[in-house]
Amino acid sequence: MSTAGSVRDYLDEMVTWASSGLTGEEVLLAYLSGENSDFVRFNGAAIRQAGTVAQRHLSFDLIDGPRHAQGYVSLAQDPAIDRPRVTALLASLREQRAAAPEDPYLLYATEISDSVTESTGSMPSPGDAAGLIIDGAAGRDLVGIYAAGDTYSGFANSLGQRNWFQSRTFNLDWSFHLRADKATKNLYAGTHWSDERFGAKIDWARRQLDVLDRTPIDLEPGGYRTYLAPAAMQEIIDMLSWGGFGLKSRRTKQTPLLRMITENAAFDPSIRICEDTAGGVSPDFQTEGFRRPGEVVLIDGGRLADALVSPRSAREYGVGTNGAASHESPLSVSMAPGAVPVDDVLSALGTGLYVGNLWYLNFSDRGACRTTGMTRFSTFWIEGGEIVAPVNVLRFDDTAFHLFGDHLEGLTDRTDTILDSSTYGGRTTASYRLPGALVGEMTFTL
Amino acid sequence: MSTTGLSPTDLERRLVAALPTDVDFASARHVTERAIHLEVRQGVVQPSMIGHDEGVMLTVWQRGGLGYGATSDLSDAGLAAAVADARRWASVTAGRTVVDSCPLRHTVGGFESAVARPAGGVAELVEMLAGHEARLGGDGRIVDSAVSLDLADTESLLVTNGGGRVEQIIHQVFPDMRVSANDGGHTQTRTYGHGAFCGQGGLEVLDRHGFAQAAPRLVEQVLELLSAPNCPSGDMDLVLEPDQMALQIHESIGHPLELDRILGDERNYAGTSFVTPDMFGTYHYGSDLLNVTFDPTVPGQLAAYGFDDDGTLARRIHLIVDGVLQRPMGGAVSQSRSGMSGVANSRACSWNRPPIDRMANLNVEPGCSTSEQLVAEVEHGILMETNVSWSIDDSRNKFQFGCEYGRLIEDGELTTVVRNPNYRGISATFWRSLSGVADPDSFSVMGVGNCGKGEPNQQVRVGHASPRCRFSDVTVFGGEP
Repeated sequence: MSTAGSVRDYLDEMVTWASSGLTGEEVLLAYLSGENSDFVRFNGAAIRQAGTVAQRHLSFDLIDGPRHAQGYVSLAQDPAIDRPRVTALLASLREQRAAAPEDPYLLYATEISDSVTESTGSMPSPGDAAGLIIDGAAGRDLVGIYAAGDTYSGFANSLGQRNWFQSRTFNLDWSFHLRADKATKNLYAGTHWSDERFGAKIDWARRQLDVLDRTPIDLEPGGYRTYLAPAAMQEIIDMLSWGGFGLKSRRTKQTPLLRMITENAAFDPSIRICEDTAGGVSPDFQTEGFRRPGEVVLIDGGRLADALVSPRSAREYGVGTNGAASHESPLSVSMAPGAVPVDDVLSALGTGLYVGNLWYLNFSDRGACRTTGMTRFSTFWIEGGEIVAPVNVLRFDDTAFHLFGDHLEGLTDRTDTILDSSTYGGRTTASYRLPGALVGEMTFTL
Repeated sequence: MSTTGLSPTDLERRLVAALPTDVDFASARHVTERAIHLEVRQGVVQPSMIGHDEGVMLTVWQRGGLGYGATSDLSDAGLAAAVADARRWASVTAGRTVVDSCPLRHTVGGFESAVARPAGGVAELVEMLAGHEARLGGDGRIVDSAVSLDLADTESLLVTNGGGRVEQIIHQVFPDMRVSANDGGHTQTRTYGHGAFCGQGGLEVLDRHGFAQAAPRLVEQVLELLSAPNCPSGDMDLVLEPDQMALQIHESIGHPLELDRILGDERNYAGTSFVTPDMFGTYHYGSDLLNVTFDPTVPGQLAAYGFDDDGTLARRIHLIVDGVLQRPMGGAVSQSRSGMSGVANSRACSWNRPPIDRMANLNVEPGCSTSEQLVAEVEHGILMETNVSWSIDDSRNKFQFGCEYGRLIEDGELTTVVRNPNYRGISATFWRSLSGVADPDSFSVMGVGNCGKGEPNQQVRVGHASPRCRFSDVTVFGGEP
């Protein structure tokens, strides 16, 4: 298996070689993404599937003045296989570029800014990890995925810029199931595996199951005082991130925060949301070679602040880019904590719903930032600051202007760091740092 | 495989040679996908994107253990490393898996999508898209518009250590068109079927749903929505056009019937199912009008294929007959685990993910009513078209869906256009309220290009077909005042 270091060298060699064949004023931008990952999938504390994925993809933007074309290839990391592929791709890009009109929104970094970020980790061998997890479950119905290994990203261009990002991490995303949909959801992720920390999380999950064993109750639709745990907050933040923070969605009036623009609507003044690249675990560079600032403040004092601006939007709307990806969604979301002591959230809630997780959110009225979704996993009815019973799944349908606005009573005084376990295409490096939220009334409809 | 630097016959020889012969079962699944994305937005041709993704997954079953090694390194060393990974995992997992032995067979066969009208050159396609996009303007309230076309040609080769060989070539086309308008406080968007009007074939896919004629209608309707009243609230008859039926089928029939969900594999991520094994053969999933097929044999539908990714021969099978549930969607492994009948639906999104139970083409069969009758028989109701919002609980029961375009039905006539139409219900009872299924005249063959599921996550393309349908006494409501 290739090591991350050798992939970095290979990217440099490949782009240097490809650049040597450029003609005239051509400029080549290249972005590599890859991973060497082990995946173990569990059901019933047994293994459903297990394997290793070693993959590398290299994307190109071949530019000649105001014209360009883009493409990508898989890399074998063997010049005998890859060079013919790259040669064929660049020939196709030249052909397409010749037929393309000028692109008025083309923008790429021309000032060289090199960087190297490499983090090491320590974790059990994949086989040992699988054994530890099965043994840790010890008769409980454990379901989930263990993913571990190296992920890496690199940028290189024909101007000589080189950026490299590599991290070695693990992410165990699992749940203990009692019966039907009664379960507790857990994450254990990081760079250095600790048997002690893993054991503590297992013990915590076991204690949650004792509570889930109580007879569940059905709540009638209506408004309930609610505590949203950080994992539930992540789902709401994901919805805001779906067009809420990018410049293009603002200028085309498709942002779910439209009312902040047109009606001077606002969240509670305590709401501050940032793209916190410095505090996250994602690369600080992007496909056009721009570096990301350490922080971009997106919501400040409850109101719109800066937008995430991709290079194309920068050109289209005549502003500067802040190194956002083309989708203009944050990758390292950070939300400022509040004053509600996290150890006292149940007593602060008093009587109401404790929502550990939300699930399958979508907009029921995008322009009003009204969102619907389901409760899932650890959701409990609380009375007098004590857990009474688990609650059968409920559908909410409410606007963030209530949840983070006039119905917000406070945010917890500490945040949780959540390393995203998503693996579509490859393992993501997205992350969140979020508090919990105490909401005076949240509307449930089904 | 002209751009790989590898000879196809040489690669196949090396794949077969790499397969271990001293194990219970071994396979190599090689996948190449060549894709192109073309787009015109607000009069500006966006940079084209062409792609070539290629790799292989080696799988080993041995003494009750199973493992895979997937790699984009197709050199001899890369293949050997992937085999070593698969062997290592098979050893580690032996005695710890959810299966006792390998149920897979050594199959021989092939499949290729029919293409009636091959796509032309990029310049010609871009010119076509630009022409359509130009017709999405013309009003100062339009704030954004785009037309795009994605083409994907996927070649897969599955070889096994017992002489199995399945080669499949799939050609898929994904047209998209969208326009947004704003009048200050409100923004509305209309799309060309929210991506549902995709399929296999060539440019004839564009003709199936009137791509060339769509732009003026979308502009007219998005401007109509700007001044339309909010959708009213209440329980009423609901008529769904096929491009919303696709989503309704997908979420509240397709996912609940996936056998791996019923067996609990997805409980940590995509969720479980309200359907339990004892329901098959007796459970009334819907009214007598509901007939549902799993049918990868529909020509031109997005998920047509000859064999699934475990090499099981695909065929048309009824899952629901006259409202009664018959069988789940589970591939060979799930069938072996459960002892239940299933279908050929073990599918992977690409070479880098292992096959799991997925939908393929999942269709509601046509009924006997005319489309007009479904509206004419309604005293108080609403017609909804084109999905915009989808949400359902982890058991696939409590759902809420929203559409781009709604139109009230009063005394059998389509009347007022309304914006932000939403409805909600419970799968277990919703399909029993099916009160009308239109005849083949409105039967539309569509697809969903981004179905997410699995750990590690996989996004696959599935097909859905349906005529216009009607449901009674559904809870309907609108957006914020």
